[in-house]
Amino acid sequence: MDTINLKIDNKPVVVKKGTTILEAASGIGIDIPTLCHMKLDDMNIENKPGGCRICVVEVNGRRNLAPACCTEANDGMEINTHSMRVINARRTVMELILSDHPFDCLICAKSGNCELQDMAHKLGIREIRYQGEQSTYREDTSPAIIRDVDKCIMCRRCETMCNEVQTVGVLSAINRGFQSVVSPAFEMNLDHSVCTYCGQCVAVCPTGALTEVDETGKVVRALSDPAKTVIVQTAPAVRAALGEEFGMEAGTLVTGKLVAALRRLGFDHVFDTDFAADLTIMEEGTELLNRLGKFLEGDKDVKLPILTSCCPAWVKFFEHQFPEMKDIPSSARSPQQMFGAIAKTYFADKLEIKREDMVVVSIMPCVAKKYECSRDEFKTNGNPDVDLVLTTRELAALIKLSNIDFKTLPSEDFDHPLGESTGAGVIFGTTGGVIEAAVRTAYEIHTKKKLPKLDFDELRGMEGIREATIDFNGLPIRIGIAHGLGNARKLLEDIQAGKSEFHAIEIMSCPGGCIGGGGQPYHHGNASILKKRQMALYTEDKNKTIRKSHENPYILKLYDEFLGKPMSEKAHHLLHTAYFDRT
Amino acid sequence: MTDYKMHLLICGGTGCKASESDEIKNRLNHYIEEFDLGDEVQVVTTGCFGFCEKGPIIKVLPDNTFYVQVAPADAEEIIKEHIVKGRPVGRLLYTDPNSAKHVSDSKGMDFYKKQIRIALKNCGFINPENIDEYIARDGYQALGKCLTEMSREEVIKEIKDSGLRGRGGGGFPTGLKWEITKNVENDQKYVVCNADEGDPGAFMDRSILEGDPHSVLEAMAICGYCIGADSGLIYIRAEYPLAIQRLKVAIKQAEEYGLIGNDILGTGFNFKLELRYGAGAFVCGEETALIHSMEGLRGEPTFKPPFPSVSGYMGKPTNVNNVETFANVPVIINKGAKWFSSIGTEKSKGTKVFALAGKINNVGLIEVPMGTTLREVIYDIGGGIKGGKEFKSVQTGGPSGGCLTKKHLDIPIDYDNLIAAGSMMGSGGMIVMDEDDCMVSIAKFYLDFTLEESCGKCTPCRVGNKRLHEILDKITEGKGEMEDINKLKELSWVIKDTALCGLGQTSPNPVLSTIANFENEYLAHVQEGKCPAGQCKSLLRYDIVEDLCTGCTLCFRNCPVGAITGERRQAHYIDQSLCIKCGACFEKCKFNAITLT
Amino acid sequence: MTKIKSMADLRKLKDEVQSKIKLRENSDNPEQVVQIKVGMATCGIASGAKNTMNYFIEELEQEAIDAVVTQTGCMGFCYAEPTVEVTLPNKEAVVFGNVGKEKVREIINVYIKRGELIDGIIPVNFRTIDE
Repeated sequence: MDTINLKIDNKPVVVKKGTTILEAASGIGIDIPTLCHMKLDDMNIENKPGGCRICVVEVNGRRNLAPACCTEANDGMEINTHSMRVINARRTVMELILSDHPFDCLICAKSGNCELQDMAHKLGIREIRYQGEQSTYREDTSPAIIRDVDKCIMCRRCETMCNEVQTVGVLSAINRGFQSVVSPAFEMNLDHSVCTYCGQCVAVCPTGALTEVDETGKVVRALSDPAKTVIVQTAPAVRAALGEEFGMEAGTLVTGKLVAALRRLGFDHVFDTDFAADLTIMEEGTELLNRLGKFLEGDKDVKLPILTSCCPAWVKFFEHQFPEMKDIPSSARSPQQMFGAIAKTYFADKLEIKREDMVVVSIMPCVAKKYECSRDEFKTNGNPDVDLVLTTRELAALIKLSNIDFKTLPSEDFDHPLGESTGAGVIFGTTGGVIEAAVRTAYEIHTKKKLPKLDFDELRGMEGIREATIDFNGLPIRIGIAHGLGNARKLLEDIQAGKSEFHAIEIMSCPGGCIGGGGQPYHHGNASILKKRQMALYTEDKNKTIRKSHENPYILKLYDEFLGKPMSEKAHHLLHTAYFDRT
Repeated sequence: MTDYKMHLLICGGTGCKASESDEIKNRLNHYIEEFDLGDEVQVVTTGCFGFCEKGPIIKVLPDNTFYVQVAPADAEEIIKEHIVKGRPVGRLLYTDPNSAKHVSDSKGMDFYKKQIRIALKNCGFINPENIDEYIARDGYQALGKCLTEMSREEVIKEIKDSGLRGRGGGGFPTGLKWEITKNVENDQKYVVCNADEGDPGAFMDRSILEGDPHSVLEAMAICGYCIGADSGLIYIRAEYPLAIQRLKVAIKQAEEYGLIGNDILGTGFNFKLELRYGAGAFVCGEETALIHSMEGLRGEPTFKPPFPSVSGYMGKPTNVNNVETFANVPVIINKGAKWFSSIGTEKSKGTKVFALAGKINNVGLIEVPMGTTLREVIYDIGGGIKGGKEFKSVQTGGPSGGCLTKKHLDIPIDYDNLIAAGSMMGSGGMIVMDEDDCMVSIAKFYLDFTLEESCGKCTPCRVGNKRLHEILDKITEGKGEMEDINKLKELSWVIKDTALCGLGQTSPNPVLSTIANFENEYLAHVQEGKCPAGQCKSLLRYDIVEDLCTGCTLCFRNCPVGAITGERRQAHYIDQSLCIKCGACFEKCKFNAITLT
Repeated sequence: MTKIKSMADLRKLKDEVQSKIKLRENSDNPEQVVQIKVGMATCGIASGAKNTMNYFIEELEQEAIDAVVTQTGCMGFCYAEPTVEVTLPNKEAVVFGNVGKEKVREIINVYIKRGELIDGIIPVNFRTIDE
């Protein structure tokens, strides 16, 4: 028998075998509250420790209450989700959680966006009857992520992301009983660990236990310093998500409003990281074709597949976990860092100012970018190419702080010369986008023919690992795509085992790519939000008149005026990097 | 070599001593002298016979006559009649309560033996590091019988018919567990022995592994045969080095004989065994936590279903039984389900090993048939309460169990009766408490343990138990309010109702059972600010009786915190706000001038 | 050790080891040996059973008494550790409790040498599966 008949709150419901009580209830409009549980549909990501016990329900004939999130529905079950016994238990459990949680909601970074706060509200908690000792831990600040685990409620979502999804293995529960908490091993600091700063822990944390390092204050200070020229770049995924922070529908493109807001914030020049993405394609695409050419000529030393290198968490991941493979990824810097390097040379020259007088701010969907810009190799005489990184969330906070009514802003355009981009640059923000952009350029350069169709549907989607073969005029190019570091690990292990048949692989650390980045507005477990953001980027690409990086006139001009040609010595110096063994 | 013709064994156990057994011995010796029997009869004091209810006891050898409730005045008659004339003293013989007849014990009549050793059958008899001694006592016969004469189904039926239930605490029917695991299709299955004994005060599993390791190995192989597993894993806490060493020796010897390994006894059945070490976490006694620990993951439970019998170690069907459960299996196969099920109560068959501890004379490891009463265990086998004090409570089931009281002394011990009484069987710890034990502190002690040992995964256990503990602490500090007792009850019920695993679901039992059975003690703490047992330091009060104080200054000089003031030859005074209740003054005072209330 | 390859082998081995033990216990030979088992579970060892066992071996050797001293598991009498079981030829085994050095000497001098019982015997208060 494959179907199950049961009754929830006296409503009969028929579900498939294997359905949980929680799922069965939601199918008939009964919204059993959950706290630790999180499921990202279609992405194979589920956190279901059954630990918080908020979702308990009464099952007729059962001795104790059952957690709805992990109890399978059985035939003939009669379930009550709001009996007095259930409500009392649920509220008591909530009081217990709150009794070990700081009462500093008013000044918490997560206030207003906190699932614990929402749950306390939903359950109508007005008093905490069981008060006592609260656990206290020291705060752990890293270049990108702050751990304030006094606020940890042991939902274990971060642990699931860090271990099962990302296979990084930094965060896990330690200690026992009341002392148990999620922490790196031996309670070491994050910056001593192999943490990649992907920020997926931050993205799923229901409370303020894990947040990004807030740099809005520093940006405000830079903007009010008359001696500084402050320029801003904004990553592709930001425009597909920022609107959510202002109550707009997920997937609403707000590019024009974003530019307008940045200008009102007082940035001297509002540029686009998409421009640097086009530049990345020029360099990375050329590198791919070089390696491919040598390979076809029979060069045994050439390293294939080439791996993308735009994602700083991914870079740190292989530096820790696969250092012996550090010469396989493309040496091209990420778009953020290419932008910074060009801004503080080419553009500073144009403005005739010293690099020290220029402040480059990035708006990123990512917390790892905060760490990336602090790496020593991206500094000249101690002055970083990118000075400050704000996440999408921080930008929203800054806009609110600056009394800008985002929704009513007009659409404005980016400034030139670093604001002009192509559709190829836009799709950098989603899984599959970097490699699609690279294919558009590499194909045309290699075959010297125009692509008949620019949409490579075979490269798009949300599958964790995807593969496709693109016909380069008789030369079949095998492409691999992975998003989520666990999926990346699988591809890397295949390469190590000599089983990989790919020529090029795109890797993004975050599920969905940058649209699902650790700095994006919280999705609160709703995976459809990621899909809507992805669609928004493909729409923006489609609407662009130029959709291939090598056709971006400002890119051509940049090579013409400054860099020479892709992979030139100057390009090598400014746009490429090296990787380090961090074991 | 003196060859006494007769021996009079007189019980020197604490209970019998209290009933003048020493005086009886003196008088017996006196009459032996008088009748000039010194070369023929010897009086020997023994340890406890375990029949204290009928003490003092004298056993005469070689005829095995068994005298009960002997008084000093009986000594003369015993010597005159029994020793000199060879006529047993009828009125001192034990009267069988069923037949109402005097029983003169001849060999084999063991009416006074309350214990039956099944799981402990070889402990203390064989050298655990010599497999031959195990084989001499029918070792591996059961395995051989299963492999050569019985089908898997027949073995499982035998175990089911025997009524054996899990001895680790839960009491799940063992045969049924085996059958469920057998019926799950998979090419790889595992047998796991849970040797992560963690209840405070329980050590029967260690004793079995140290004294009779082969019985467990043999049973695991039998289980493997039944469920279709060729691998067995023993999860043992690393704090049991001797048990580990003896298991290693036993596995090696069994392998050398081919009793473990490939093609056992030429039947084609393969079974290998490995040890896995635990770090001594109580929660790893919970089978899913145990399995996670073996897999190298954090030892914390996961929600069941899936049960290990469907998805256990490495996701494969796994049958987990505890040491004592396994130790019963070879005996069941050898002696038959019918024999085994003739022992015990209707729903709990066989015996249970208990670690008898606390304020009891004969602290020890005992094995009694299910259905034995607590009174028999405490007074007969255990020899009663130490120092002749008043029995107050007995705690069974470890931190998951409860504190039972006088009114429970006559309930027959089995799984269901203990649960009905508000406690549980647990793994067999049995801690006896007397009038000096404060029941609020006892509840706090067990909660201390649970707090340390909770894995921290679910809220009710992680935070709820902490809050329970804090309330108990408040009460023992004398700061409790009436509302706190209600809070304890309410929170306890929510924890039981919502915790993830057995540890959490049962952790409030010591609190609930002490409130149920000893509410007056809670009330005394809260309402009167008194600890009736005198155990809660904060509730003690030392005072100096002015009239008795001579002003010798001894207390003043011995007070470590300077809480005592007073002039020489004048009455002294204790400042209660400074007193730390250490009792130093009380002990030093030579004039009994200091009172403790 | 040779492998036991069948049930028949196992039965044969059982008979062999049993008769070996019986021979030791029931022979009329006056030279036959005294058997001493020392309870050597963790609890016994913690109470000094190792010293007791070593002391037995030393003393018996000095007294030239032919004895087999072996270890065994827990006898269950925690209140009387270390516990020792002594089996004299043709006699029932007797268990002694609280066996320290003094008691070892007493057991050897009084019980083993002279066959007199001494105080401190622990009566067998349980039934075995064969009863």
